[in-house]
Amino acid sequence: MELIDLEKKFQEKIDKEIKIEPLDWMPEAYRKTNVRQISQHAHSEIVGMLPEGNWISRAPSLKRKAILIAKVQDEAGHGLYLYSAAETLGTSREQMIDDLHSGKAKYSSIFNYPTLTWADMGAVGWLVDGAAILNQVMLCRTSYGPYARAMVRICKEESFHQRQGFESLIVLSKGTAEQKAMCQDAINRWWWPSLMMFGPKDSESTNSDQSMKWKIKRKTNDELRQNFVDMIAEQVKLLGMTLPDPDLKWNEATKHYDFGEINWEEFWNVVKGNGPCNRQRLEARNKAHKEGDWVRAAALAHAEKRKNKLAKQDLAVA
Amino acid sequence: MDQLITYSLHLADTTLILAQRNAEWCAHGPILEQDIAITNITLDLIGQSRNFYQYAATLINQSAEAVAEPATEDSLAYLRTEREYKNLLITELPNGDWANTILRQFFFSVFQFGLLEQLQKGSDAQLAAIAEKSIKETTYHVKWSSEWVIRLGDGTEESHQRMINAIHNLWTYTGEFFIPAVYEKDVLPHVDFDALKSAWLEKITEIFTEATLSVPPASFMQTGGKTGHHTEHLGFILTDLQHLQKTYPGAEW
Amino acid sequence: MNIQIRKFYYGDIPEENTGGSTIPQQDSGAQNAWPLWEVFIRSKQGLDHKHAGSLHAADAQMAIENARDVYTRRQEGVSLWVVESTHIHASNPDDADSLYEPAADKIYRHPTFYDLPDEVKHM
Ligand SMILES: [Fe+2]
Ligand SMILES: [Fe+2]
Ligand SMILES: [Fe+2]
Repeated sequence: MELIDLEKKFQEKIDKEIKIEPLDWMPEAYRKTNVRQISQHAHSEIVGMLPEGNWISRAPSLKRKAILIAKVQDEAGHGLYLYSAAETLGTSREQMIDDLHSGKAKYSSIFNYPTLTWADMGAVGWLVDGAAILNQVMLCRTSYGPYARAMVRICKEESFHQRQGFESLIVLSKGTAEQKAMCQDAINRWWWPSLMMFGPKDSESTNSDQSMKWKIKRKTNDELRQNFVDMIAEQVKLLGMTLPDPDLKWNEATKHYDFGEINWEEFWNVVKGNGPCNRQRLEARNKAHKEGDWVRAAALAHAEKRKNKLAKQDLAVA
Repeated sequence: MDQLITYSLHLADTTLILAQRNAEWCAHGPILEQDIAITNITLDLIGQSRNFYQYAATLINQSAEAVAEPATEDSLAYLRTEREYKNLLITELPNGDWANTILRQFFFSVFQFGLLEQLQKGSDAQLAAIAEKSIKETTYHVKWSSEWVIRLGDGTEESHQRMINAIHNLWTYTGEFFIPAVYEKDVLPHVDFDALKSAWLEKITEIFTEATLSVPPASFMQTGGKTGHHTEHLGFILTDLQHLQKTYPGAEW
Repeated sequence: MNIQIRKFYYGDIPEENTGGSTIPQQDSGAQNAWPLWEVFIRSKQGLDHKHAGSLHAADAQMAIENARDVYTRRQEGVSLWVVESTHIHASNPDDADSLYEPAADKIYRHPTFYDLPDEVKHM
């Protein structure tokens, strides 16, 4: 078949909402875009373990400790599911991890911000997981089958992440004066970076949007960001806290919340590696991987020995 | 009653401190799959420790002559001091490398399995119930850690050497398992600690043989954890663990 | 096909904007990567094993345990199968028409094809 026909057939499938599966023909750019997006998503889950992992040893009650550990562990699972999905496109996990460690591949910039107090655990769950979930729910319908299926599994697991975060903020918001202040401070610090998670404004992009056409992505950055603001602006009232944006107000005409301008200079700086924790995050991942090398080598060597031993036994029996 | 409380706290502290140590691997494991695996063990141990603390708290609240603040799992975990903690010394040692971590888990889980079997047979219904629930988890911990001992012992030259180093680090802390404190003898009159020890050594020998590792000869053993004489590490662990509760006394989380 | 994708998304940051904390790499360690396994889970006694996802493990035993640790944390299963991914053979999607289309017109294989009097209950 001619390339042009293949492309036409491919697009027809997409238009008919038929999922693309690993062995199906796909345009090279579709493959590449998916590998990049899925692996960056996977990296985000893995690097995202670090800021929260940071508070596991100091969680203020045994219940909170168990919840936090389970949550951070879930993120490891999410990374694993996503790496697996990307591997179906022919890129090995090892390759993707190398790209992360060398600084070539990116991950969500939000995880380059530090978690300074216990309230950050609540704020991260509520705002960061909350922002991620909007994106992830959309991605459950993405056109690449393995990615969509990974997202379905992830969304099922995510549902407790945001809830536990919000619940722990509720407790703080009803607590001592110090706890209330801690809660407000965390919201103040995490609000803007959460909005940045949705990426640059739609208007920044001038060309035709291939990702939308291919249904890899199904809503624009600004649409998702607006959904998020509308949701959080209501929920924050339940906490009796405020969002650090003087321009935030309900717009009766649009039936949405208006909000202020994001500091894009900060956004691009953090993306480019100048965030407060970029270096530490990558160093931590590099260290874990490097120190794991001899472990992985030993397990392989042992598996090989065991296989040979079994083969010898079989020979002896025969 | 006091002995039973102390014993429950000993079990609770031991599982909590080991969980606290294992949790340090979360997000730093040698490969994603094993990061998740050891974290499952961590969560099991926290669950066990909470059961033991809750039981201790119930006993304390029953026995105490009208205290203002009833004991809870958190007051017991977060407000007791270094000398009050009764965990086994081996649990508070730094993780070291993966070899050291999985070997400690192996030594501990094999011991814990034998102990939980005894608790199930004991006269205290609540301890027996907790043991019954925990032993399923511990069965898996034994399996998982045994396989890692074999894998690393009989893996590469480097992993073999790291296992030897780990044995060297940890062996002297294994004797404490089988030297009962006064409160232990009191709560567990039916337990033959020497028999427990032989069974433990038998399992260790079996796995070590498969792992091409040798069991060290009997030697001097460190003790003290059961009575609150700890290594220098525990203070730092508690500083971390108890940070928020101590900084903001009385706050709810 | 020459498509330029300029729009950036959450979890999708364009390559040309990378920079900053690039850490010099030594070897990739790729030679120590564990093989890939496919995981099948029986969610309940009496049901079939169903594909759940994949993972890496050094050998079959470890693959089963990793599957237990990764894929059954919320009681998703009562039994597991693992198969090394390289051992899976798949039908070619290009053959789909010739493989599966021919079944489409054999409607007489389905019970609803047959009109029976109402008096015949349950057949
Ligand atoms: Fe996440
Ligand atoms: Fe996640
Ligand atoms: Fe999450």
